[in-house]
Amino acid sequence: MSAAWIENASRRRFLKAGSGLALAIYLPLNAAAKTQPERSFAPNAFVRIGEDDTVTVIVKHLEMGQGTYTGLPTLVAEELDADWAQIRVEGAPANTALHGNLLLGKIQGTFGSTSLANSFEQFRRAGATARAMLVAAAAERWQVPAASIGVAGGVVSHAPSGRTARFGELAAAAAELPLPNKVDLKNPADFVLIGKGVKRKDSRAKIDGSAQFTQDVRLPGMLLALVAHPPWFGARAKRFDAEKTRAVRGVVDVVAIPSGVAVLATNFWAAKKGRDRLKVEWDASAAFGQCTHDIVDEFRGLLEQPGRIARSEGECAAALDAAAHRLVADFEFPYLAHAAMEPLNCVVRLDANGCEIWNGEQFQTADQMAVAAVTGLAPEQIKLNMLYAGGSFGRRASSKADYLVEAVHIAKAIGGRAPVKLMWTREDDMRGGYYRPMYVHRLEAGLDRDGALVAWQHRIVGQSIAAGTVAESLMVRDGVDRLSVEGAIDLPYAVPNLRVDLHSPQLGVPVLWFRSVGSLHTAFAIETFIDELAAKASQDAVAFRRRLLAQQPRHLGVLELAAAKGDWGRPLARGAKGERRGRGIAVHQCFGSVVAQVVEVTVRADRSFKVDRVVCAVDCGLAVNPDIVRAQMEGGIGFGLSAALHGRITLREGIVEQFNFTEYPILRMNEMPRVEVHIVASAAPPSGVGEPATPVIGPALANALFAASGERLRQLPLRFDQAPSAWGWHAGAATPLHEGCTQEDRPCSPSVA
Amino acid sequence: MYELEVNGRIHQVDVDADTPLLWVLRDELGLTGTKYGCGVAACGACTIHIDGNPICSCVTPVSVGVGRRITTIEGLRSQIAAAVQAAWEELDVVQCGYCQSGQIMSAVALLEKKPRPDDADIDVAMGGNLCRCATYQRIRAAIHLAATRLAEPRA
Repeated sequence: MSAAWIENASRRRFLKAGSGLALAIYLPLNAAAKTQPERSFAPNAFVRIGEDDTVTVIVKHLEMGQGTYTGLPTLVAEELDADWAQIRVEGAPANTALHGNLLLGKIQGTFGSTSLANSFEQFRRAGATARAMLVAAAAERWQVPAASIGVAGGVVSHAPSGRTARFGELAAAAAELPLPNKVDLKNPADFVLIGKGVKRKDSRAKIDGSAQFTQDVRLPGMLLALVAHPPWFGARAKRFDAEKTRAVRGVVDVVAIPSGVAVLATNFWAAKKGRDRLKVEWDASAAFGQCTHDIVDEFRGLLEQPGRIARSEGECAAALDAAAHRLVADFEFPYLAHAAMEPLNCVVRLDANGCEIWNGEQFQTADQMAVAAVTGLAPEQIKLNMLYAGGSFGRRASSKADYLVEAVHIAKAIGGRAPVKLMWTREDDMRGGYYRPMYVHRLEAGLDRDGALVAWQHRIVGQSIAAGTVAESLMVRDGVDRLSVEGAIDLPYAVPNLRVDLHSPQLGVPVLWFRSVGSLHTAFAIETFIDELAAKASQDAVAFRRRLLAQQPRHLGVLELAAAKGDWGRPLARGAKGERRGRGIAVHQCFGSVVAQVVEVTVRADRSFKVDRVVCAVDCGLAVNPDIVRAQMEGGIGFGLSAALHGRITLREGIVEQFNFTEYPILRMNEMPRVEVHIVASAAPPSGVGEPATPVIGPALANALFAASGERLRQLPLRFDQAPSAWGWHAGAATPLHEGCTQEDRPCSPSVA
Repeated sequence: MYELEVNGRIHQVDVDADTPLLWVLRDELGLTGTKYGCGVAACGACTIHIDGNPICSCVTPVSVGVGRRITTIEGLRSQIAAAVQAAWEELDVVQCGYCQSGQIMSAVALLEKKPRPDDADIDVAMGGNLCRCATYQRIRAAIHLAATRLAEPRA
């Protein structure tokens, strides 16, 4: 049944594409290759023009919601003068030489909000090359000068003679021509698609349920695998009793792998029931067993000692001592789970000749290396099929390829006798680590008598994300992980004496980059502290920033735009009885783009609060698709707001206390504020939009809460009435479990008894 | 063996009694538009209609579906559904898209009961559907747009 289903699905997609009704998405299976046109013209790795007149753009980046399956094809279509309706999209195979990320060296992967930025010239050039060859083919056929031929809307035409041809009619002839030595790119004034906005290519398939995610892949004979993971990081299975598991109808096998015990079955429910009945004895002798409050205490202790210098200008200590006013504030940020809607998963087919993987593939280079190490195959023998990812926020760019390696171990353990789909349940995903690390910050600043900023010292404590991973050589210099201090070392505010230092304690909790990475915590600390300094200097928060940003025109641009559109300085409409309202602002640059936001909040009588409105200004260079830029600002704000309001992973004696969305809430419809986005007009090359909105909402909200309440909140998630001493880092607060710990409602037990 | 009517077709499925409808749809019938997100009715990604009512299929045992009309994203055919999907496309609501089948199922059920919902109605009806990409603002706008279009006199 599976095979037939796959065939039908592929055929259906091809026919749709051929009739121009809908877009073909990635065809994940070999059978699908048959449906490609017999002959096609592929002048480079990024464009293929079929005789059926379809233009297929091969996109090297993962579509995980950010719109790259629309953005990159727009670049090709623009220079090719194609009709947007004839463009199809296909995910690129793993091939770092062809499909590497041009901003990140010899790496194929999707991160750092770089997809459009690194491809901007490359994909335009790919389209321009194809266009030049189609024109050359037409010139030869019609025996007219190439310069007299025009292309528009997917039609090649020679005006003097009235002759026209579609791309498909010229594809075979163009394929015989030599590549042009040089092609010219359009003058931006002539753009017809870039900056104008085309519709998303993935909309329809995601609206009618036909989009293929990894979760939806079915191969003939495929087994479904769930893994019983140890309840502690660093623990291992000592022995297991699978008698009751094997009795479950549909369970096929139970195997030990390095990360736990895998249950294989013919379907999910059998695997789940089988796993529920599995008894595993864990060896926790090397496990991580601390509580999060222990970690906070340790981190707070490190705040008292100088760390490794990440940046130093002037004489910070002396300037602080000499300052007329000195302010200090500590900040605390919890572990965060990415919690993408599609829980982690991947499909592996392993045999003697190679290994084929279907995955929301975000980090091809690292995944090939890691899987090669486990299988003994060469990296190029690892075939990676990139499917839509149901979100990622960094998690699928696993620096250690953790879940792919797990799936490959399972396939190995059963001797490759069947393809394996590894699925993590929501609980596995929530409790599986690779979190945004916990951080503690201390900011100290000095103002002179006139309220001018004279000294700024920023100390950060938290685990290194890059150390010990493939990213180390790129990110760690002199013991400083750039990912821990980004946003802080590039402080935009003019200050003569500046010091940023870092402690990177090592802990047994796996950590990973998370949407907007370092900026998510550094921007919060900096932007709320600047607000405190402005208040201390008795200055308006915008005026105070304006003075310090005189040398930062892009920061000033978004600050002024957000302030103007966000009614900064005008009185807020009053709240209902007992409610207090406030407005706050923040600005931050990351991934090449600068974002400012003005937030309006209402604090209710019971001190709960509601974010009413967010006005967002963004300078991301040229906005290739303004509507997608707006969507990424809206979504980035919602994602950042979710972290600010709710996000918190805690550990009790090493055991993660959150299981599902019930203990780790994420933003819901009623919490989403009205968001207005304003894009700064710019001719500069495009910069990132997937991440830059996320770190700004938290501090803008905290500043608004201060304006409403007079209270500074410096711990995330943002709550009134959480004094540091009472803050146990545990969900709920009731009976003490042991000193410093609190008992929560839900008994904390391993996921597998 | 259970007999189920899904999207107007009758299917016989041989599954254990405790199997949630979600896994019957996905693993037995190959209807993968309905998604797994949490397994505890906390995210709405698995929303389907039973006799027109939105329910979380991840916690609904197969037996509950017997003798009822089950509709999944693949089986949406009504004028309201078409208007909702058109509005979703017009406003480019989707990002990663994983939750959107469930969002659309909830939105269609809302408009079938309440042709002109206000923001508070939308908060309630859509409150069980999580979107980690936070496309909520566009979901809200698309529901209003679909409602407006459906209220227009037909040409």
